[in-house]
Amino acid sequence: MEKFSTHTGIGVPLRQSNVDTDQIIPAVYLKRITRSGFEDALFAAWRKQETFILNQEPFSRGSVLVAGPDFGTGSSREHAVWALKDYGFKVVLSSRFADIFRGNSGKQGLLAAEVAQDDIELIWKELENHPGTEVTVDLQAKTVVCGTLTAPFEIDDYTRWRLLEGLDDIGLTLQHEGDITAYEQTRPAWKPKTLPART
Amino acid sequence: MAGTSAGKTLAEKVWNAHVVRPGEGEGAARQPDLIYIDLHLVHEVTSPQAFEGLRLAGRKLRRPDLTIATEDHNTPTLDIDKPIADPTSRTQIETLRTNCKEFGVRLHSLGDAEQGIVHVVGPQLGLTQPGLTVVCGDSHTSTHGAFGALAFGIGTSEVEHVMATQTLSLKPFKTMAINVEGTLRPGVTAKDIILAVIAKIGTGGGQGYVLEYRGSAIRSLSMEARMTICNMSIEAGARAGMVAPDDTTFDYLKGRPHAPEGADWDAAVDYWRTLRSDDDAEFDAEVFLDADTLEPFVTWGTNPGQGVSLSQAVPDPDDFADENAKAAARRALDYMALEAGTPMKDIRVDTVFLGSCTNSRIEDLRIAADIIRGRSKAPNVRMMVVPGSARVRLEAEAEGLDKVFKEFGAEWRFAGCSMCLGMNPDQLAPGERCASTSNRNFEGRQGKGGRTHLVSPVVAAATAVRGTLSSPSDLDPINDDAVSRPAA
Repeated sequence: MEKFSTHTGIGVPLRQSNVDTDQIIPAVYLKRITRSGFEDALFAAWRKQETFILNQEPFSRGSVLVAGPDFGTGSSREHAVWALKDYGFKVVLSSRFADIFRGNSGKQGLLAAEVAQDDIELIWKELENHPGTEVTVDLQAKTVVCGTLTAPFEIDDYTRWRLLEGLDDIGLTLQHEGDITAYEQTRPAWKPKTLPART
Repeated sequence: MAGTSAGKTLAEKVWNAHVVRPGEGEGAARQPDLIYIDLHLVHEVTSPQAFEGLRLAGRKLRRPDLTIATEDHNTPTLDIDKPIADPTSRTQIETLRTNCKEFGVRLHSLGDAEQGIVHVVGPQLGLTQPGLTVVCGDSHTSTHGAFGALAFGIGTSEVEHVMATQTLSLKPFKTMAINVEGTLRPGVTAKDIILAVIAKIGTGGGQGYVLEYRGSAIRSLSMEARMTICNMSIEAGARAGMVAPDDTTFDYLKGRPHAPEGADWDAAVDYWRTLRSDDDAEFDAEVFLDADTLEPFVTWGTNPGQGVSLSQAVPDPDDFADENAKAAARRALDYMALEAGTPMKDIRVDTVFLGSCTNSRIEDLRIAADIIRGRSKAPNVRMMVVPGSARVRLEAEAEGLDKVFKEFGAEWRFAGCSMCLGMNPDQLAPGERCASTSNRNFEGRQGKGGRTHLVSPVVAAATAVRGTLSSPSDLDPINDDAVSRPAA
């Protein structure tokens, strides 16, 4: 995973709550077996509507998505994060993220930054009044700067550290393989095993 | 988790029993715990990139004996003996088969008697047991919490992590008690409980929490009904839902293929009986719901929190205080082509879908069959019945339920996720309206432009009879003599 410290890019106001992962990427696109190439799938249904924000210049070139509360609800599909990243988004701002989406973002280097709804409203206004305004997100300082506004954001310390360092989770865990093996010795014998198969 | 008192909640007990390595540090700076995973369920959609990751890194799958795979999301529910028509679906299924072979994972393929929706297969094989940690690259993994397991959905990166290490790095969840006291009235079911809970706390209300369903109404529910409730915990934003195991749980498990036997069974039950929240345990939040006054619940909007009692009307967006809720309601009514004030029971549907990991178990099929037996389907309504697993289908056929559905005019299909998300050919046409026993009424979920009302199997069956959203109490009585019933 690439290290993330700060990012500056065009902000995209998505004035909508409960943007579920079926909207971010419809199920029909989940049949692919690759981990990249999902840019066409992002918001596929909504992008068929001319008025959708990503069909308007300069928002189509945006890299900071500013969404309503409860972003990323529903299905656990990590494809939602891949699609956002493949399209070019580096950051999503929302006052509330669904847990699984937030976790998936952290694994993939997409910054899901929790910003108070009042600040989201101010950022929306700024982006709508001055399309093309760039938003700067500083992970070190945990701040979002948009026009004259500087707002704090929340992210848990562990995810922040991993993003700043660009660390791979599996590699980190395997440093403790001895602990895993030791734990396995203590598991009761009656715990179920899938093999050999009994039907 | 609260954890300030001596008592522990059910979720805390299961968590604590799985800590491989506690996180270092204190408070907000505390690192995640490393948690051992007892059972990893795999399906074709969220696993190919994880297997590929293992391959690229030259890693093995650590515990094939704690891993099981099934084909469900893409599988057709008709003509299952023919090659899958959609080439991308076929490739995804074939990729799972190749991967399972290469990494030594047990797989139940289309055509196998144990194939089916991953959340139906685990419990029916007896692999889902109290006190386990269960994960799957699927948000509805919360289903398995009905057994008192800590079960939650994960993304593909975490799927790869579990494959490689049999663990996950996780921060402890908070705990919320959902207390449901009283007795459900006839025609009111587990689905109505969970839809009412979601409408009450909202789609984000459970965020960061494990929900523990408690109270007399929950205790009296069957395992199938408990699974329905835990299944939709994710729709309230929660990672997991749990019910403390009891004799209902043990009776369900006993004798299943992978349930412990003999002395192991006794040892397991002794342990399982300790898996309940202590009387002095503190929850981080509590919610109360009265089962006595609950009515059949249905959704009118495009998220599972947008629901009302069936006897009520489509709400007016202006009646919502919150601006975001108001805007969301307006957008939802526009998408659903509904007008505020329309009685829910006047809403006419084109399709009834009985299936999904929420409501496709044998009990769900029995309940629906009991309502339609001896009645006629409304003309112009299509009803699809999709058993949750091949095993459920066989069981239903042994009881003659397939005949009841077919005589009624419903389509009797093969097992899979089917129209819950329409990854296979089972989709709504644009503008088509569906009463669905599934879990998500999102825009386009069941097919582009499709309109979904989430309902219980009881309401689904009654709706198929009348053609409009209905409960059994809306149906004309039937002449019992004319009804053919299978021998008991």
